Amino acid sequence: MKPAAFDYHVPSTAAEAVSLLAELGEDAKAIAGGQSLVPMLALRLAVLEHLVDLRRVEGMRGIERRDGSLWIGAGTTQAAIERDAEVASAVPLLARATPLIGHFQIRNRGTIGGSLAHADSAAEYPAVAVALDARLEVLSPRGARTVPAGEFFHGIYSTALEADELLTGIDIPVWDGRCGFAIEEFARRAGDFAIAGAAVAVQVDGDGKVSRCGIGLLGLGSTPLRAVKAEAAVLGSPAADVAPADVGDTAMATLESVPSDLHASADYRKHVGAVIVARSWQRAVREATDA
Amino acid sequence: MPEVQIRVMVNGRPRTATVPPRLTLADFLREHCRLTGTHLGCEHGVCGACSVLLDGEAVRACLVFAVQADGAEITTVEGIAAADGELSPVQAAFREHHGLQCGFCTPGFVVSVTAFLRDNPDPTDEQIRDGLSGNLCRCTGYQGIIEAVRAAAERPAEHTRTAGT
Repeated sequence: MKPAAFDYHVPSTAAEAVSLLAELGEDAKAIAGGQSLVPMLALRLAVLEHLVDLRRVEGMRGIERRDGSLWIGAGTTQAAIERDAEVASAVPLLARATPLIGHFQIRNRGTIGGSLAHADSAAEYPAVAVALDARLEVLSPRGARTVPAGEFFHGIYSTALEADELLTGIDIPVWDGRCGFAIEEFARRAGDFAIAGAAVAVQVDGDGKVSRCGIGLLGLGSTPLRAVKAEAAVLGSPAADVAPADVGDTAMATLESVPSDLHASADYRKHVGAVIVARSWQRAVREATDA
Repeated sequence: MPEVQIRVMVNGRPRTATVPPRLTLADFLREHCRLTGTHLGCEHGVCGACSVLLDGEAVRACLVFAVQADGAEITTVEGIAAADGELSPVQAAFREHHGLQCGFCTPGFVVSVTAFLRDNPDPTDEQIRDGLSGNLCRCTGYQGIIEAVRAAAERPAEHTRTAGT
């Protein structure tokens, strides 16, 4: 349970961090809170020659309300997000997802950027990011670019980030009007990664018809997924007329490669997933229509 | 693999050491500082036995490298009781309410609960259970621990004293 030896680097700017990552290549990795990376190192699921610690990098922490969006520095801890009033009012889905991450001791260290870049398909933040069409800000020695959340997650622990790229911030659209948000998941113990979960954002117009909808799924594929068909099926319909169970069933119908392991078979995961989607849909709609 | 010099405050005492980067904060505390009250159960962030306060926040010392704690203030279970050895309210409540049996997990619980009650001075039972969910105990069945936290919460003026850095 001891990590293999590595060299330690502590850059003080993001530019310095990415030039180190570029120079050190595939054997180097950035570390922020380390709440996923250190266990992988301890179990030697990952063996790295170099760790580039981001703790002194300036400008990568903080929460800022911008025009139509909320920007969060990648190095912002989950604990800081959990207690931030701006997050709670501007992006309630993110606020509600946060207490589901690990335990409070983990959230004191874990960061939003780390959670997204680690890309565990059963993690909460990636599912929220895809549901809300977040934009991920990425820096490399070649410059900055923005990657839509929908294009960021490539596979198990695999993202659009190149070896010399660093996730520096995340910009999340703020929904206005009559909106509701809910995230639900089923895990065997509090704080465990979920067997299945869903993050639902819904907006209704003056007539109570669904005008906008984002459904993110977690634990149901090799990446966080967007239930595109289920979203399309409800758009334009009066929210009150939609049967929640149908939303759940539609969301599960198109899934391919649902994980199957000792915790749950693929069929069981889909069963749980359908129920969880239905429940979160119901809660989100209730909030939107009460608004 | 070059070693790195670090300076930290541990239980109010400055410490300087040169450590290999892969040394965890937990191993640094146990082996370099000889503070063996911080226990190591799983060494990959599941059991919570190694919880310490890092700049006042409860963290798992097995998931922090000592080099990452450079410049930080650390409180271990040895720093929770008063200097004269008098138990903190959390520790006293654990003793009074059968919050421990073999005691292996207890340092992690005491440290975590100390931070938890500082931030949640008047917790509901649900909050207490959620706050305890990151620490595993294989003896007590948790009921005594929950009662201990509830009892310690009823003495709010006292535990804030020990929850500081």
